[in-house]
Amino acid sequence: MLNIVEIDHLTVKYPDVKALDDVSFTVKKGDFLGIIGPNGAGKSTLFASMLGLNTKYQGTIKFFGEDIKKSKDYLKEIGYVPQKPIFEKNFPATVNDVVRMGLRKESDENKIDEILQQLWIHESSKRRIGELSGGQQQRVFIAKALVNNPKILILDEPVTGIDQQSIDLFYSILRELNSKQKITIIWSSHDLDAVNQLANHVACLNRTLFFHGESDEFFDNDELVKQYSEASMQEHMHRH
Amino acid sequence: MSLEILTFSFMHRAIISGIAIAILCSVIGLFLVLRRYSLFGDAIAHSSFGGIALGLMAGVYPLWTAYGVSLVSALVITKIKEKYDISGDASIAVLLSSGIAVGLVIVGISGGFTIDIFSFLFGSILLVSVNETILILFLTGIILIVVLLFYRQLLYSTFNEEQAKVSGIPVEKINYLIVFMAGLTVVTSIQLVGVLLISALFVIPNVTAIMYGKGFKQTAILSISFSIFSVVVGILVSYIFNITPAGTIVLLSIGLFAVTMGIKSSGLLSIKN
Repeated sequence: MLNIVEIDHLTVKYPDVKALDDVSFTVKKGDFLGIIGPNGAGKSTLFASMLGLNTKYQGTIKFFGEDIKKSKDYLKEIGYVPQKPIFEKNFPATVNDVVRMGLRKESDENKIDEILQQLWIHESSKRRIGELSGGQQQRVFIAKALVNNPKILILDEPVTGIDQQSIDLFYSILRELNSKQKITIIWSSHDLDAVNQLANHVACLNRTLFFHGESDEFFDNDELVKQYSEASMQEHMHRH
Repeated sequence: MSLEILTFSFMHRAIISGIAIAILCSVIGLFLVLRRYSLFGDAIAHSSFGGIALGLMAGVYPLWTAYGVSLVSALVITKIKEKYDISGDASIAVLLSSGIAVGLVIVGISGGFTIDIFSFLFGSILLVSVNETILILFLTGIILIVVLLFYRQLLYSTFNEEQAKVSGIPVEKINYLIVFMAGLTVVTSIQLVGVLLISALFVIPNVTAIMYGKGFKQTAILSISFSIFSVVVGILVSYIFNITPAGTIVLLSIGLFAVTMGIKSSGLLSIKN
């Protein structure tokens, strides 16, 4: 099947540390890739590089077969949901305003209504974004990401600080987007159980990529899961 | 007397120019306030003081030199902020003091031209000429057209720069566009309230409108309405009572702000913040 994302020998160096070291992997059309790794593993750096926010890297990143340094057209096919969207709390934008910001062309009202209903936020469409809970806000940002019918959805630890009920709803929405609408999903998470349930591919990152393959292959291999857990624990202890 | 003033042609020019400036300041000011750039208008206005002094010294129409100096200052300070990662408030402070310092030195060298300088410091909307009115209307039209053309890009990059970039919006260029339009707006508005009070028109109607908890377009419409009310009533009241228009306009804006806070405190409006 066609590789729609190709990361080849990607290295990102900061003055005193390598954030990513020789990372290579591919994503095929329809994949649901869970990227796991401890804090500081380079997940956000990887996404920043893939999204063109960080251009100081070695190696190549290709979307749909084309080097992203040559053209930004690939961004039209991507919906991005950040870890915790930062905006002014009193920003005078309703849910409708925020979803419309994502529109590249004027779309019909029905399309927006349809997405808002699909994500269970249509009743809040006239409320200000700052009035919503964290879980509702994340659904608004997914709606904004989906409004242009993207082929790939990139989510950077999207459930950080969200209540469990919202997380469950969020995951069921992701599953549906991937299985029914065939949207390729690249998703970073700390939640191994959720990755096990949702993703069909896993990339295990800790500055270098120490596993990339099918989800079952990772989770059926106790040694790999243990290695990941130890790396996470070391990181956790190092930080506390 | 009170109705008679509406027949004066200078009053027509003042009100027409005032309404145009009110719309312009509200629209551009909303983007600046939401970008936490509330005092940017003030800084550009102060830098334009240097330009005005330069024009008066050189015998050139002072607003032309003010346009030049303000635009260059706004673009340079944005570049410096970008390149050296200086915070927004610090860059505003640099711009603000530089303009005043340059202006004061030029005024000193020239031996002073107090009357002209005072009209620019405190505004002189009742003295606006036909040509100046045409220029104000022309610039207002151009800037509003640009805002409408780039509405989504301006709004999105104001809301969240990173997401706007990922969405393919050239955020750096949009940032330059907004400071360029702010520079033009400030100098165009100097005739209404002067250098010293210009930021009031950028900030107060917008802060008032934001408190009503509406969406972006409704907030902009509310802000424009508050601004037009303050400007028109301010011009008329100041003429009738022979007081300064600039101060009256700004005090009326502050009055609307205070009333809104009162409404909010009383719970009459379900304003959520």
